Amino acid sequence: MAQNQIKNMTLNFGPQHPAAHGVLRMVLEMDGEVIERADPHIGLLHRGTEKLIEYKTYHQATPYFDRLDYVAPQNQEHAFVLAAEKLLGAEVPERAQYIRVLYCEIGRILNHILNVASYAMDVGAMTPMLWSFEDRERLMEFCERVCGARMHMNYFRVGGVARDLPDGLAEDILAWTETFPQMIDDMETLLTENRIFKQRTVDIAKVTAEQAFDWGFTGPNLRASGIAWDLRKSQPYDAYAKIDFDIPVGKNGDCYDRYVVRMMEMRQSLKIMRQAINDMPAGPVRCTDPKVSPPPRAEMKSSMEALIHHFKLMTEGVRVPAGETYTAVEAPKGEFAVFLVSDGTNKPYRCKIRAPGFVHLQAMDMMCHGHMLADAVAVIGSIDVVFGEIDR
Amino acid sequence: MSFIDRHIRAFLLVELMQGMFLTLHYMFRPKVTLNYPYEKGPLSPRFRGEHALRRYANGEERCIACKLCEAVCPAQAITIEAEPREDGSRRTTRYDIDMTKCIYCGFCEEACPVDAIVEGPNFEYATETHEELLYDKSKLLENGARWEVEIAKRLSLDAKYR
Repeated sequence: MAQNQIKNMTLNFGPQHPAAHGVLRMVLEMDGEVIERADPHIGLLHRGTEKLIEYKTYHQATPYFDRLDYVAPQNQEHAFVLAAEKLLGAEVPERAQYIRVLYCEIGRILNHILNVASYAMDVGAMTPMLWSFEDRERLMEFCERVCGARMHMNYFRVGGVARDLPDGLAEDILAWTETFPQMIDDMETLLTENRIFKQRTVDIAKVTAEQAFDWGFTGPNLRASGIAWDLRKSQPYDAYAKIDFDIPVGKNGDCYDRYVVRMMEMRQSLKIMRQAINDMPAGPVRCTDPKVSPPPRAEMKSSMEALIHHFKLMTEGVRVPAGETYTAVEAPKGEFAVFLVSDGTNKPYRCKIRAPGFVHLQAMDMMCHGHMLADAVAVIGSIDVVFGEIDR
Repeated sequence: MSFIDRHIRAFLLVELMQGMFLTLHYMFRPKVTLNYPYEKGPLSPRFRGEHALRRYANGEERCIACKLCEAVCPAQAITIEAEPREDGSRRTTRYDIDMTKCIYCGFCEEACPVDAIVEGPNFEYATETHEELLYDKSKLLENGARWEVEIAKRLSLDAKYR
């Protein structure tokens, strides 16, 4: 009896697919509607950031970090300035540390709102996307008020932050932290118990704690697998050591847990923001060493010495002692790190960027295997990838 | 949640009804959208928009061709050429900004020791061709003349933080 042999079909997912979160091209080997193999192809957004940074001074390199994970630019900048400060041995004033913590948490909420809303839209819920952009807009206004740009902030500097918070901004942010929990509650009403959302996410792409370690997961994706690992707790940087917050942890490591962990992290971020504003001391916001950070404008216009420092820093930049450092921060997507090698000149010898999305994306095959085609969309949404940082 | 409770909730579509009621509730809330060309969002004094070259109150150009902005620009969008003027003062003969290269980081404004190049409040300068976005000195000075009142106000509001 003749038997028909059915060959597996190869399917191109993306790069123009709206659920591919940017420019992911995934080659799927399909057995009917079941995924046999998922092969992500990256590089469509490659800009050569790491190489470009080798030709820029430390001062000029920060804008490049805004453009990596453009959903939460502050957190990327934070990693770079911390690395440069470590090599320089620069003292950062306490007020600047608190401002950085405050804006990193704003970045975290910016990222999680967008991720949860777009993830919900990928699996069929349109409304959270429409609602959550209202609060994203408010947060971007806070960013605009402090540095002049809504997204590509370029606010953190080696040795502190660019400018102090303007009057009234801290009060406005504090007032916003009181209204935002209502929005989280509303989004949870729509999603958390919703049977359609649960059918699409519960038990999809389960990742055990062991698998998460093997594949190098960090951030919410690791915490969803039940491991309470957070760099803000385990190796606190800036003012995080003085701030009290909890680490939300998931249980099953499936798509649903990754969503729940992100929702709970937003509430913790609000807690951190309130503490950062209330505990913020007065004082300078930039390192007072004129060899590291430029003098205040009024001084630059009246003092010859300050003017010379200003000219030296703007043209030549700061000379960083030879050495190397691996500095990691807990970015919203996971461990974002900069490996910075300095040869004692004013430009980095090498700047390797460890992007969390890259590590999470390479586990696509492990997570998608044996699931349906429609689940691939839920998996991409739940691991939270942004191609700015993956392709660099 | 007990077994019976869970099944009653599932049978009565409780969570779907709650969600639908919430969306209905949102329908009667005040709208948060802006009717853009007629209504605009707020802008802070620090907003980094279209560049402008400023003049002093007596009409003299501020820019002294020190080329700090050119040196600090990470995107290398600024090109300056300079030579002494007839009266012996140092001024630019050419000041070009490629607005399509510019990444609006604000370093030029920070670097300028005489507050000549600034990023103004204007963000509505979209054009239909690339060439129109290659700004030269006359275009930048014209921007300065047009926006001077607002730029001066912004700088004075932000002066104590800079």
